[in-house]
Amino acid sequence: MTTTLLPAPSAALPPPASPRGRGWGERLSAYAYIAPFFVLFAVFGLFPFAFTFYVALFDWNPIGDQVFIGVDNFTRMFADPRFWNAAGNTVSIWALSTVPQLLLALVLAHVLNHARLRAALFFRMSVLVPYITSVAATAVVFAQLFDRDYGLLNWLLGLVGVEPIDFVQSTWGSHVLIATMVTWRWFGYTTLLYLASLQAVPRSVFEAAAIDGAGPWQLFRHITVPALRPVIIFTVVTSTIGGLQIFTEPLLIATGAPLTCGAVRQCQTLTLFLYEQGFGQFEFGYGSAIGVALFVMVVAIAAVNYLLSTRIKADR
Amino acid sequence: MTSTAPRRRHLGRVRWWTYLLLGLAAAICLFPLYWMFIVATTDTATATKMPPEVVPGGNFFHLAGLVLETVPFVQALLNSLFVATAIGVGQAVLCALAGFAFAKLRFPGRNTLFLIVVLTMTVPTQLSVIPQYLIMSELGWVDTLQALIVPGLASAFGIFWMRQHISATISDELLQAARIDGAGTWQVFWRIAFPIVRPAAFVLGLFGFVTAWNDFLWPFIVLKSPERYTAQIAIKALQNSYDVDLGLAMSGSFLATIPLVVLFVLVGRRMVAGILDGAFKG
Repeated sequence: MTTTLLPAPSAALPPPASPRGRGWGERLSAYAYIAPFFVLFAVFGLFPFAFTFYVALFDWNPIGDQVFIGVDNFTRMFADPRFWNAAGNTVSIWALSTVPQLLLALVLAHVLNHARLRAALFFRMSVLVPYITSVAATAVVFAQLFDRDYGLLNWLLGLVGVEPIDFVQSTWGSHVLIATMVTWRWFGYTTLLYLASLQAVPRSVFEAAAIDGAGPWQLFRHITVPALRPVIIFTVVTSTIGGLQIFTEPLLIATGAPLTCGAVRQCQTLTLFLYEQGFGQFEFGYGSAIGVALFVMVVAIAAVNYLLSTRIKADR
Repeated sequence: MTSTAPRRRHLGRVRWWTYLLLGLAAAICLFPLYWMFIVATTDTATATKMPPEVVPGGNFFHLAGLVLETVPFVQALLNSLFVATAIGVGQAVLCALAGFAFAKLRFPGRNTLFLIVVLTMTVPTQLSVIPQYLIMSELGWVDTLQALIVPGLASAFGIFWMRQHISATISDELLQAARIDGAGTWQVFWRIAFPIVRPAAFVLGLFGFVTAWNDFLWPFIVLKSPERYTAQIAIKALQNSYDVDLGLAMSGSFLATIPLVVLFVLVGRRMVAGILDGAFKG
């Protein structure tokens, strides 16, 4: 997947030189056709991105003064237990959501790839339903399902004698709740991504292995998983970058203290911490420093991904 | 999905547990929506009763009325529809146009510029919400819908995707023939190229629409007054009165999800095909 996203500039060679006189018009049109993207990206993407690094060096109050303070925001951040708490929560929620999501998607993609599956379209469409459900609606319905007093889950647990669990108020409980929402919303989408890669494997490969006596487990282990390796790495990266930006779920589940996701910040993620500092406390400088920290993490993850994928290529 | 290869007994049979597994997955995916509907149609007393109700109650219109009293929800749905449609259509047209230029037109710097487009995908722009907000402030766009629409029109992935489709489906000879007949570049694009790749542009626009409809963080930052809220922000506003009625936020969620469920029933198979065909980026 990472490789298919790279351009192949030579794939479409330009058409033969057009008749004289048309060249200028065509060039001008071409630049006009691509200009909107570059203008929009420069104004709303690149400039704010670069500007984050600048704002992070200031004590920047949107309705007050902007004072240059050098790296003070960063020293403050590294000494701020709330930052490390949010970082820890983010990693915990990320791990709890990514691992089950990818494993589930692997298994489902494998069975959905069966040549003679009935109602294949129904199953494929069903698993994409969570993707079209908004994060806000997902958070509302799951918070209700996991509610301590009126939740379906606690009622079911009560049937087997388990005391009601207050998911939102406990650290691990709130992490499990958020991870469940993330997993629910994305596992079907990931399944279809895997299925797309799997369909590129010729059916004869599976058939030949089956004739040689391979059972379902061997087919899964020795054909499906190796074939999906590149797309698995791709989804680990995208889910990690997505995981760093988890915001809506924690904001919506802790109705009493939304900006901190609970009284003791038990489920405050990094992006929610950024929002709290930036738009709750109007500390634009400090908020931007948190944004820079998030960016550094994204780069680190991308670097690890690059190393992993080159290693895998070398293994082949 | 049918296989053209000769059928072998080993692979031919789909085992029962395959259907059990898939049935379970489908149930897990559909249940929360069903539950949303149940709670959205029952009053607090019924919704908090244990064991829970499994059939919808008759309270939907009462709750929907409460929703409308609390926030201008119809306006919110219209705002969402407007923003998501503008972004979906805008992305489809702009990306097809740029994809056409990169695939079929000849101009200096083409390959470098295309490489830049691809590289922009690696910039995590969502992390710079604070400067983005400052820009909107400068433009005077805070608390307006164009603050959501205009930045949402650019899609590097969309350009990449449309370029691939145009390269693969439209021959240079066809475009040459049109040019010889005297068509200008714009006419070649609009009359010939775009109709051919319209299905791909439609799928792109569909994903743009769904993403815009469900977007939360940026609208939450930039929208201030209730009459500008999108449906997602209206859900958050309903939640602030959570203790008034348990079903309120749920009814809002339900109302905000219904349009997308209808859309999905109509064109969901094309979204599935889009992912299977080109591995869409989330």
